[in-house]
Amino acid sequence: MAISADPLNLIICGVGGQGNILLSGMIGGAYLKKGYFATIGETFGAAQRGGAVFSSVRISKKREYGPLMPEGKAHLILGLEPLETLRMVQKYANPETVCISNVYPVIPAGVAANREDYPDMKELEGAVAALCKKAWFIDATTIALDLNAPIAMNIVMAGALVGTGQLNLTDDDLKAELRENLPPARLELNYQALARGMKAVS
Amino acid sequence: MPNLAQLVSGKDYLLQGNEAIARGALEAGVQYCAAYPGTPSTEILTTLAEVAKEAGLHAEWSSNEKVATEAALAAAYAGLRTISSMKNAGLNVAMDTLQHINLATLGDQHGAMLVVVADDPQSHASGDEEDTRWVAQMANAPLLEPSSFQEAYEMTKYLFDLSEEFSIFCWLREYTRLAHARGKVTVGEYKKATRTAKFDRTKMFTPYIAPPKHAILVEKMARIRERFEESQFNSYEGPGKPELLIVCCGSGASSSRDAIEELHLGHRVGILKLGTLWPFPSRLVVSHIQKAGRVLVVEEVDPYVETHTKEAVADARLASAPEILGKGSGHMSYVGENNPDKVIAALSRIFNVTYQARTPKYQAKLDELVNNKVVSRGLIWCPGCPHRASFYSIKNAIKRDGRNAVVTSDIGCYTMDAFPDGTQVTNLLHCMGGGIGEGCGMGQLKQFGFEQPVISICGDSTFFHASITPLINAIYNKSDMVVVVLDNSITAMTGFQPHAGSGRTATQDVTETVSAEALCRTLGCRVEVVDAFDTKASTAMLAELMKDDGGVKVLILRRKCELLRMRQEKTHPYKVHVDAEKCKGDKCGFCYRILKCPGVAYDKVSGKARIQEALCAECGLCADLCPSKAIVKEERA
Repeated sequence: MAISADPLNLIICGVGGQGNILLSGMIGGAYLKKGYFATIGETFGAAQRGGAVFSSVRISKKREYGPLMPEGKAHLILGLEPLETLRMVQKYANPETVCISNVYPVIPAGVAANREDYPDMKELEGAVAALCKKAWFIDATTIALDLNAPIAMNIVMAGALVGTGQLNLTDDDLKAELRENLPPARLELNYQALARGMKAVS
Repeated sequence: MPNLAQLVSGKDYLLQGNEAIARGALEAGVQYCAAYPGTPSTEILTTLAEVAKEAGLHAEWSSNEKVATEAALAAAYAGLRTISSMKNAGLNVAMDTLQHINLATLGDQHGAMLVVVADDPQSHASGDEEDTRWVAQMANAPLLEPSSFQEAYEMTKYLFDLSEEFSIFCWLREYTRLAHARGKVTVGEYKKATRTAKFDRTKMFTPYIAPPKHAILVEKMARIRERFEESQFNSYEGPGKPELLIVCCGSGASSSRDAIEELHLGHRVGILKLGTLWPFPSRLVVSHIQKAGRVLVVEEVDPYVETHTKEAVADARLASAPEILGKGSGHMSYVGENNPDKVIAALSRIFNVTYQARTPKYQAKLDELVNNKVVSRGLIWCPGCPHRASFYSIKNAIKRDGRNAVVTSDIGCYTMDAFPDGTQVTNLLHCMGGGIGEGCGMGQLKQFGFEQPVISICGDSTFFHASITPLINAIYNKSDMVVVVLDNSITAMTGFQPHAGSGRTATQDVTETVSAEALCRTLGCRVEVVDAFDTKASTAMLAELMKDDGGVKVLILRRKCELLRMRQEKTHPYKVHVDAEKCKGDKCGFCYRILKCPGVAYDKVSGKARIQEALCAECGLCADLCPSKAIVKEERA
């Protein structure tokens, strides 16, 4: 199965510390194994924790693309935090973009201090749905908390991504990446998170 | 992250730019590796340290970049292949040594030395957008800049050979969008390096006396220039006679390709991608320019390639020289990193075409539905961070003292105090150790009528990096100041690297722990150590030290970085919840407005504070400080 566009431009966004690095690495790694060029651009470091972060992933059979895509050219936005999803929709979405977003907010300092308002979730979801070709909203953090592992929220989202069938990747592809990236003791939990994410969009 | 020593020759891997460089160094036979952590360069040493034991390497976190460079240089004199890696700001610290090396040569034991400098256009994690390419020229070091991950790996290997052949150190310049990006690298064969170290004690290597050595170096660089004119790291793609020739380097290559593709200009625009930046391949550039209608230079920050291109064209005395566009002409910006959109904008202007990423109708819908909803998300300390408590104490002590103390600070997680969501007690903020040096000056202004107390902040890793010399200066010159060391037991900001005070080396071996307080006491300072979370004691002690006019006083506010503690202990200390009965909500707002911990936020529904359970570190700080005792912490069983 071929990718739906070449280059295929993906955005994975969230808040620093939520695990978008592992997620983009898994997706890029899975495509690399299928013979694609994969380039990932990201900002990270402890200094980015708690800030708005995103990875851009570019997949192609033709050549190696640079890590940053032109604005308005994302095919898929995977949001680990709803406000960050909206931020990336604003910059990278177009009428053909599909979006999969966590709905569990991480409150920015200005909102926590009651100085600014976090967008109303219904309006936020409505805006994303209106601006994208298709949108899925999942409470991935609550699922991860239910697994007693809030840190596995990103893998729940990876499961949702596979579950929507928007990429030509399977859960086995991502499990192979998990095996490469995580210590064996943590695999079972992450497989569970992956399965729960898939189920959430089925 | 893959084990770099175990990658299989001929196979493809998704490697970070830093990992590609580290793998290249391994294949080139590197044996001695030294660095100080600095985003975005850190992972070069991290990944080499991880394989140090099996690969037989020496890998160290040095106290600072200058020491790292000197240590690596020494190993090169002893005949080994060595690497020293640093961020742009780190280069400034190392420069005193680097400036000399190539005059002195790397000696006669066939050693080689690669210096990797990671620039940070856009200042993702830096105080400025320093463009270090000029400095390679100043130090007479051959400079390569990769445009892809594969090139980063190949240039690394190439530069080790070049360094050994010419007995001078070579320079690889990378940048955030390579260092901290990932892409495909096909690796080659790795064999464990087995050189032994030795030094011929009858020899001497020094830049003194410089002029004759400089002449030799100039001749070496001329020979290297000839190689670079033919280098495979420079390449052209596009039509035989392009209407526009883009001359670019680094990230400019991929941004230019994207822009040409988006605007369908492949038949009109060519790209000359340069990988060898010093000595500059002038003849190659001119030979391409002669075939082009016009020229656009695409590079980040300073007009380095642009300046050299203009110089090359001037030197060539072309009968009809094409127009050279870029930063000078206003087509490209001096500011920020490159991206496809910036090149698209320049090409649209040059070719007079309209580019719309999205239709006006869609854009209008976007503006209507999104624009005012996207609130900002500033950087702030993690839940449980000891710096939050320390700055709360510092702010209160300054208030209690009442004499408008001046706070000079430097680079670490505590830098975030100066950001909008910090306490913003910081007054001066420049570079590593800069707070102590500036405090040292402020503390000597009494004769000019300056009566404000001076508080100078550094971290534990920064203390060892660049704070000891200014501290000695302050003692020697009788500066009146309080040095506050925010000791979280690790180099946290760059990802938990150990330092001289950690008791562990880069390869996790147990080592001597250098005690900051013992050192300060030996130097004759009054030294006090307080738990950062004991804000009452911290505040009282700082207020007392500000009144003490006996020269340099040192207050160490100590508590382990919460992320590090959590990694080691794997459990939170308390269970924390808000007692909604007692919470006064927005009438108070202490926890979310003053303390500003991401683990607690105002809840619109209840009108009270609410613990953010996915984030809260359950450290108990907010419970200790809540004025209404509305936040409850319970010991975990």
